[in-house]
Amino acid sequence: MNDVKEAKRSKGKRGLLSWVLFILVIAAAFITFAVLIFLIAYILIQGVPHLRPSLFAFKYTSDNVSMMPAIINTLFITLVSLLMAVPLGIGAAIYLVEYAKRGNKLVNLVRITAETLSGIPSIVYGLFGMLFFVINLKLGLSVLSGSLTLAIMILPLIMRTTEEALKAVPDSFREGSFGLGAGRVRTIFRIVLPSAVPGILAGVILAIGRIVGETAALMYTAGTVTKIAGNLSAPGRTLAYHMYNLSGEGLHTNEAYATAVVLLVVVVLINFLSGMVAKALAKN
Amino acid sequence: MNKDETAALGGFRSSRAWRKTKENLAYVLFLAAALTCILAVLLICIFLFINGIPAMNKIGFFSFLGGTKWAPNNVPASYGIFPMILGSIYITAGAIVIGVPIGILTAVFMARFCPRKIYFPLKSAVDLLAGIPSVVYGFFGLVVLVPLVMDGCKFFGIKSPGTSIFTASILLGIMILPTIIGVSEAAIRAVPESYYEGALALGATHERSVFFSVVPAAKSGIMAGVVLGVGRAIGETMAVILVAGNQPRIPTDLFHGARTLTANIVMEMGYASDLHREALIATGVVLFVFILIINLLFSLLKRRGEE
Repeated sequence: MNDVKEAKRSKGKRGLLSWVLFILVIAAAFITFAVLIFLIAYILIQGVPHLRPSLFAFKYTSDNVSMMPAIINTLFITLVSLLMAVPLGIGAAIYLVEYAKRGNKLVNLVRITAETLSGIPSIVYGLFGMLFFVINLKLGLSVLSGSLTLAIMILPLIMRTTEEALKAVPDSFREGSFGLGAGRVRTIFRIVLPSAVPGILAGVILAIGRIVGETAALMYTAGTVTKIAGNLSAPGRTLAYHMYNLSGEGLHTNEAYATAVVLLVVVVLINFLSGMVAKALAKN
Repeated sequence: MNKDETAALGGFRSSRAWRKTKENLAYVLFLAAALTCILAVLLICIFLFINGIPAMNKIGFFSFLGGTKWAPNNVPASYGIFPMILGSIYITAGAIVIGVPIGILTAVFMARFCPRKIYFPLKSAVDLLAGIPSVVYGFFGLVVLVPLVMDGCKFFGIKSPGTSIFTASILLGIMILPTIIGVSEAAIRAVPESYYEGALALGATHERSVFFSVVPAAKSGIMAGVVLGVGRAIGETMAVILVAGNQPRIPTDLFHGARTLTANIVMEMGYASDLHREALIATGVVLFVFILIINLLFSLLKRRGEE
């Protein structure tokens, strides 16, 4: 009886060290979140007043550094990259989860290479894209070169999230489908994939975020032209590069603020969406 | 019996054959998709090394890596990337000094101190921190941190242009926070509850139990997070360019500029030709080798953490 009282009392009485640790933890967490809030608030407050309608004109001139062509190019490149990376990533994940046997050497190799790919910095992707797609395959500075480069970059992300989503589908679903006489392919496309859609979608949304924010991998693959890229073989700058260019020059700081607002809003929206999708997944 | 059904019955054998080909075809397609990762890594290695190694040979391996002068426009030109290697190392080290303590402590907060109600918003905030494009960070650094460092230095009587190793370190320290927080939090959560309860039962406070029983047990995982953070910091390009000053000389002190390997590539690739261009690709090869070593270290640590 006495011991319990003693224990309770000592729990209430924190030593100096405990206090210091407690304060350090709270302070660190405070710094992390304060920095984030300050960054977002600062950009919004400075940038929103500079969002003029003329910044969304369809033509870029040196007087009016419109971001509209860059926005359209970003959408274009995002779409093309996803068209290439999503089927590949999902296919690879299906192989890893539905076909490969445990301890398969090939699976390990795929995992290791995927991990390597996700650790490679975007500038190295940019260099590779320039050497391989632009020069070796003679695609030139173009939307296609840029999209191919980005497709490789986001492949591991889509593969990993799809893998997680497929693993979360209960085995009883598959067994039920096999039991009814469905083959493997039919089971995958009719039963497994539909139940994994939210997880896959969350991954795709994150990939869109990566593409929209990408600069270094696109400079020397998709080019820096300010026009709207009309087709796959035309070059064009994306919004993130546009912003880099504006902030580097120092002449268009206000426009850079406005572009930062647009980028930030897109990223916040994307994060919110992917969070919602993930939440919906957790509920199922 | 209508026509379709007869056809279906008649074609039973062939439909079974068709089904088998379909299964095999799907298998091959999925397998091919899985192989693209391997193919991509191979292609990246081959193309970088083929294009980068010749320049190293022409310049001389040691005068390329160890040369202290980068002057591609001089006659004769000199291509020493040692200043950039140092620049990358200094700025990364600075980012680690700033980002690691804050990151690990925040991870401890998220895993062990955070009230349940605010956990989800905070977790989304960390994800958001990871999602903000590096060029936005760079711009933020340029318009907020650079003037701040300049004024701060003036106040203390230090000469500084504002763009410096110090500024870049702070910015990168912020940028690697989500990486370190994410990996460390997962590692701390993976420690069995009995470690915490055991320490509590021995009379330790909540803080002491967490810091002297749970966190040491998560050491490998936390180290993996730090290594991953190093990888992010050393590979970061656009944010660093905007705040680091980019002078291609041996960095002198904390409050003056430096150029990183990544900045070297991006800044000069646009107009470089011939050997200059090859030297830039070789710079990329050096960066790539750094990253491969870091990746290897990361997977070793992660594996040890999982055991």
